[in-house]
Amino acid sequence: MKPAPFDYHAPRQLKEAAELLATLPNAKILAGGQSLVPMMNFRYVVADHLVDLGGIADLRGITVVDGWLRIGAMMRQRELETAAEIAQYCPLLAEALRHVGHRQTRNRGTIGGSLAHADPAAELPAVCAAYDAVIHVASIRGIRQVPFKDFSTGFMATALAPDEMIAAIDLPVWRQGHGHGFHEFARRHGDFALAGAAALLDIGASNVVRRAALSLCGVAAAPVRVEAAEARLVGQPLDSSLIRSAAAATWLVEPISDIHAGAEYRRHLAQVLSARALTNAARRAGVDVPRVI
Amino acid sequence: MSKQPTRVTVNGKAHARIVESRLTLADFLRHELGLTGTHLGCEHGVCGACTVLVDGHSTRACLMFAVQANGCEVTTVEGLTPDGGLSVLQQAFVDNHGLQCGFCTPGMLVTLTELLRENPSPSEDEVREALTGNLCRCTGYAGIVKAALDAAQRLRDRQGS
Repeated sequence: MKPAPFDYHAPRQLKEAAELLATLPNAKILAGGQSLVPMMNFRYVVADHLVDLGGIADLRGITVVDGWLRIGAMMRQRELETAAEIAQYCPLLAEALRHVGHRQTRNRGTIGGSLAHADPAAELPAVCAAYDAVIHVASIRGIRQVPFKDFSTGFMATALAPDEMIAAIDLPVWRQGHGHGFHEFARRHGDFALAGAAALLDIGASNVVRRAALSLCGVAAAPVRVEAAEARLVGQPLDSSLIRSAAAATWLVEPISDIHAGAEYRRHLAQVLSARALTNAARRAGVDVPRVI
Repeated sequence: MSKQPTRVTVNGKAHARIVESRLTLADFLRHELGLTGTHLGCEHGVCGACTVLVDGHSTRACLMFAVQANGCEVTTVEGLTPDGGLSVLQQAFVDNHGLQCGFCTPGMLVTLTELLRENPSPSEDEVREALTGNLCRCTGYAGIVKAALDAAQRLRDRQGS
């Protein structure tokens, strides 16, 4: 047995889980366990209590209400990858999920777990950044709604208090016919990305960009929205030179440097991957632009 | 509460045990049930040797605790093997040099069982993508991929006849 001993709790109700988190000392939430359990096996993490959210029905499900897609925090990544509602309403999420870990880890890993873990290279936080997702955070004090820009607070850091858990994620549904694109670079498929880009484009008459979102993962300490790129896109007729200009705006991002890649290389990747993601998004929105890079 | 009861159906047989919470499903299968076909390589979710099916889904048994499997149906490589013979997939591994030392083989077989159930006609790229979570350090992947495609063909032929 590799992890240090702990007490295991498997609440069936959200309220019960909130009470356990509020009262147990040194408790950790067990969602899919695909990041937590390796850290426990290495004893990087030693918890006295694990609160397993796997048995709580309220944390599951996909619903579409008033232009928002609501996803229960304990939905498995693979369930979302293959769900018809995700493909129809938030196809960017479905595409990004195919890059998350491996089939076996996606079968267990959850969307809520990935967002709470907040690895800077993770795809799902970048998708939430692009969509301006709203995170529903539950505790004994009730449920509060946190916009993703306030939820993500830095390197592997979130706005979650120790006794709070993610209950659901709301993604706004973009107009039907919008385009999406997700590109990342990793040494091997399923490895942590050195950099990735997520793009959404809504294009109106005369190919004018009505709405745009571009976010990056793996580049900075937390997912970043490239607002300068969005500002260059909106209101302009879309063509390859506009995509090149928007992608060039990623040079404003301050990348991290580590043993896997230097900052300059990540900056280069951010630009290339942004251009490719935007090109894919444009094509899916019906604008046939040539590949710029 | 560091010990918990867990009831798990493994390869069709129900088992009830009281186990330490920290006992992984992989150690439960190997040490409590003696099912040593599930191999442990890295024990932190990288190598895929310990892959089993939990309620039909491929899962790393080193990243799941036995207490989490309470109420689940688990299938190990032993459960994929017919009495007194080999499955179509296993035979395809033998025929295509899909194994050498055999350490990664149980995880490969379990992962491919799920893939071929969901996608009976995978492309080579789809097979390779499905196997990204399973490391082989001796045979190399060429024979394994060939075996997977061969097994898919044989299963389709059998379905068609």
